[in-house]
Amino acid sequence: MAAGTVVEVVMPQMGVSVSEGTVTRWLRNVGDTIEADQPLLEISTDKVDTEVPSPGSGVLQEILVQEGETVPVGTLVGRIGTAPAGTPEPEPKQEPARAEPEPEALRTEPEPEDDDEYEEAAPTPRQPVAPAGAGNGAGERHTFVSPVVARIATEHGIDASTLTGTGRDGRVTKKDILGFVESGGGAPEAPPEPKPAVSLPPPLPAEPAAPEPSTPPSTPATRTPAPTATQPVELERGETLEPITAMRRGIADHMRRSLDTAAHVTSAIEVDMSKVVAIRERLKAEFAASYDVNPTYLSFIARAAVETLREWPLVGAELRGESIVTRNYVNLGFAVALDGGRGLIVPVLKHAEGLNLLGMARGVADLAERARTKKLLPDDVQGGTFTITNPGSYGTFMGTPIINQPQTAILGTYAVVKRPWVITDDAGKDAIAIRPMMNLTLTYDHRLVDGAYGAQFLRDLAARLQSWGEADY
Amino acid sequence: MAEKTYLQAISDGLRLQMRHDKRVFLIGEDIGVYGGAFKVTQGFQEEFGPWRVLDAPLSETAIVGGATGAAMMGLRPVAEMQFADFISCAWDHLVTIAAKQHWRAGTPVPITVRLPSGGGFSGGPFHSQNPESSFAHIPGLKCVCPATPEDAKGLIISAIEDPNPVLFFEHKHLYRRIKGEVPEERYSTPIGVARIHQPGDDVTIVTWGAMVYTAAEAAAKIDDLSVEIIDLRTIMPWDKDAVLASVRKTSKVIVLHEDTRTGGFGAEIAATIAEEAFEHLDAPPKRITAPDTPVPFAPALEEAFLPQVADIVAGLRELASY
Repeated sequence: MAAGTVVEVVMPQMGVSVSEGTVTRWLRNVGDTIEADQPLLEISTDKVDTEVPSPGSGVLQEILVQEGETVPVGTLVGRIGTAPAGTPEPEPKQEPARAEPEPEALRTEPEPEDDDEYEEAAPTPRQPVAPAGAGNGAGERHTFVSPVVARIATEHGIDASTLTGTGRDGRVTKKDILGFVESGGGAPEAPPEPKPAVSLPPPLPAEPAAPEPSTPPSTPATRTPAPTATQPVELERGETLEPITAMRRGIADHMRRSLDTAAHVTSAIEVDMSKVVAIRERLKAEFAASYDVNPTYLSFIARAAVETLREWPLVGAELRGESIVTRNYVNLGFAVALDGGRGLIVPVLKHAEGLNLLGMARGVADLAERARTKKLLPDDVQGGTFTITNPGSYGTFMGTPIINQPQTAILGTYAVVKRPWVITDDAGKDAIAIRPMMNLTLTYDHRLVDGAYGAQFLRDLAARLQSWGEADY
Repeated sequence: MAEKTYLQAISDGLRLQMRHDKRVFLIGEDIGVYGGAFKVTQGFQEEFGPWRVLDAPLSETAIVGGATGAAMMGLRPVAEMQFADFISCAWDHLVTIAAKQHWRAGTPVPITVRLPSGGGFSGGPFHSQNPESSFAHIPGLKCVCPATPEDAKGLIISAIEDPNPVLFFEHKHLYRRIKGEVPEERYSTPIGVARIHQPGDDVTIVTWGAMVYTAAEAAAKIDDLSVEIIDLRTIMPWDKDAVLASVRKTSKVIVLHEDTRTGGFGAEIAATIAEEAFEHLDAPPKRITAPDTPVPFAPALEEAFLPQVADIVAGLRELASY
C-alpha cells in the first residue's frame, strides 16, 4: 500500500438549501499533479456554477463521479494522493465524510435547520456487517437496491446506500425512500407556496442570513426530479437532445413558481436621461483613470433606485406567510445572463444602501465578472431584496420580467435612445428637442404593492434620474 | 337486479343470448333431456327444442369438430365439455382447425366452448383441472375465466358474440357457492379487461376464477397490509395495462393461480411484469400456484395441492417484509 495520505474530494455544500451538485467538468485527469487550492473540477448546482479547488496537493488518483453525473452533497467525487504517481490503489482512508475541500467562505455557514434531515441521513453508517468495500457475501444483502428504489434514487439524486432501511436485512424499501423524499430528503418538487415554516429566520436579522433568492428557506431543496432518468425523449428528424443542466432546471422551477405565487403587474415610465448622460460623460474618464471602473448607466439607476426604495419600502418588502416584512437595507440583485443562453444568475450586492456611485459601479462589475467566470460563492446569490434586470443593453424598450421570489418587485431598464421629445424651454414655450430617453418598468407583486404605489415609486425614481446632480450620486 | 348464483348467471346469459340470436345452439353430453351434469341448461330443451339443445354422443372430438363445422357455416355453437379435463380429446379440432382457420383461410370460427373447471371437492385428476394456460398459449384462441356471477353472464354473452373461438372456463367451485347481484337484461362484459376486486397500495395479487375469493380471504387476515386484488376475468387476451398499473403503484406482486406452476399462465404474467415494470419492482414477483403434479383425490392431498388462504397469507407476509 502506498505510503502517503489520501485526501478525499467531496461534493461541496453550495448554499444552504442545495442538496446536490452536478460535475460539469474535471479540469485534471487521473494521474495529473495538482497543488492545493488549484481549480480541480467544475460543478453546477441549481444555484451557482463554480470551480472546486483541490483540497490538497498531490496526484489525482481517482475520479469517482464522471462529468454529467449529479450526486448529493458530501458524496466522494475523487481522491488525491500525496503518494507518487503510479502508486496503485491507495487504501481509502476512513476519514470523516468531509475532507474540507470547500473554500473558506463555503464552510462558514452553520448547518441550517432545514437541512437537518438530509445531513442526518447522509452520514448514517450502514449496518455494521461487511467491511466497507467488500461487495460480496453477506454484505451484498445490505447494499441490494431494488429496481424501483434505484429508479427513485436516481430521479431524486439520492444515494440509497446512505439511507437506513426497514426491509429484509436492512434493505432500503420503496416506502423507506419515498418517506425520505417526502420528508424533504431528496430533491422533491416543492409545493408552490409552502406554509410559513417555523424554521424561517427571524425577520430583519442584523446580518441577513436572509432568504435566498430562488428558494423559500423552508424547503430544503427545490427542484423537480431530472426527467431524463425515466422518460426517454423521442426525437424527430432534425432535433438534437441534450440533458438539462442543474441551473436550467433551477431556473425553470423558479420561474414557474414565481408566476404561480405572485400577482405580476408591470408599470412603465419614460425617463429623460440627459442629466445622467452628461454626468456619466464627465465621470467616465476620471473613473477609468483613477479606479479602472466604468460608471455604467446601470450603476446610476441602481443608486437612484436604492434611494427611492427608502421612500417606498413595500417595493423592497416581502410577503412572508401572513406577515409583511420590510427592511432598512437593500440587497440589490442584478440579473446576469451567461453567454450562449446557458442561464441566468442573480448575484446580490449586499447593503447597497451604503454604496456611492463608485461603490455601486465597482460592485456590479465585480459580481458580473464573477458570475460569468463561475467564481460566485453561494452567499453572493442569496438574500436579495430587490432586483434589477437590464435587457435594454440589447436595445429592447419594454419587457415584463418575472419577480425573483420571495422578493416583491423587479426593475427593468431598457435602451437609452435619442428621441424627439417635447420640452418646455426657458421662455416657457414648448419645443421639440432631441433627448436620450429610456424606459423603466417596475414589475411588482400586486398582492402587496398597489398600482398607485408602484407608479409612485417609478415616478420618483424617474424624477431622481432627471434631476439629480453629480453630487447626489 | 336479482341475486343469482354463478351457475344461474351462466344459464341466464345463455338463455338470453339464445333468445336474442337464432344462430346460437348448444351441443354437449346430457345437456338436453337431463339439463347438463351441473344443470346449467335445465329447461333449455323445453324452451328452445331439441335442434337447438343437442345431446351429443360421448365424444368431445365430435362435439368440438361438429361445432367448428357449424360455426364455419355461419352458426354460433356453444359446446359444453362435461368437465374441462375432457377437452384434451378435442385438442386437434380446437387447436389445429378452430384456432387457425381464420388465419389460414379467413373463415371465422365463432364457437364457444364451456369448460367446467377447477378442483376443491375431491374430483381427482380427471375432473379437477384448470387447463386454461395450455390454450392461452395457442394463438387464435381466447380464454375467459370469470369469477363473479355478473361477469359470468356478461362474458358468456361476449364469448358467443365474439367471432373467434372462445374457451369459457367456468369454475365448478363457484357454481352454487358464489351469489351476487346480476342485471336482468342481456349485457356483455368486454373480453380483455380486468376488474379490481379490491383496491390496495402495498401488494398486488393478480389472479382469476375461484382464487379471487381465496386471495380476498387471505388479504382480510392481514390488517396492516393494503392488498390490491386484480381479477383478470380473461387471460387471453389479458389486461396487461391494469396489471402493470397496479404493479407500478404497489411495486410488489403475487401471481396466484390454481393451475400447476411450470408454464402456467402466471409465468407469462410474471415475465411481462419483469420486462415492462422492472424499474417499479421493490421485490421479485412471486408465484403462488399448485405444484407440478396431477390433482390428487385424497382430500388432505388436494388441500395441499391447491393454494390455500394460509399459503397466500405467508406469501403476503414474505413480500411485506422483503
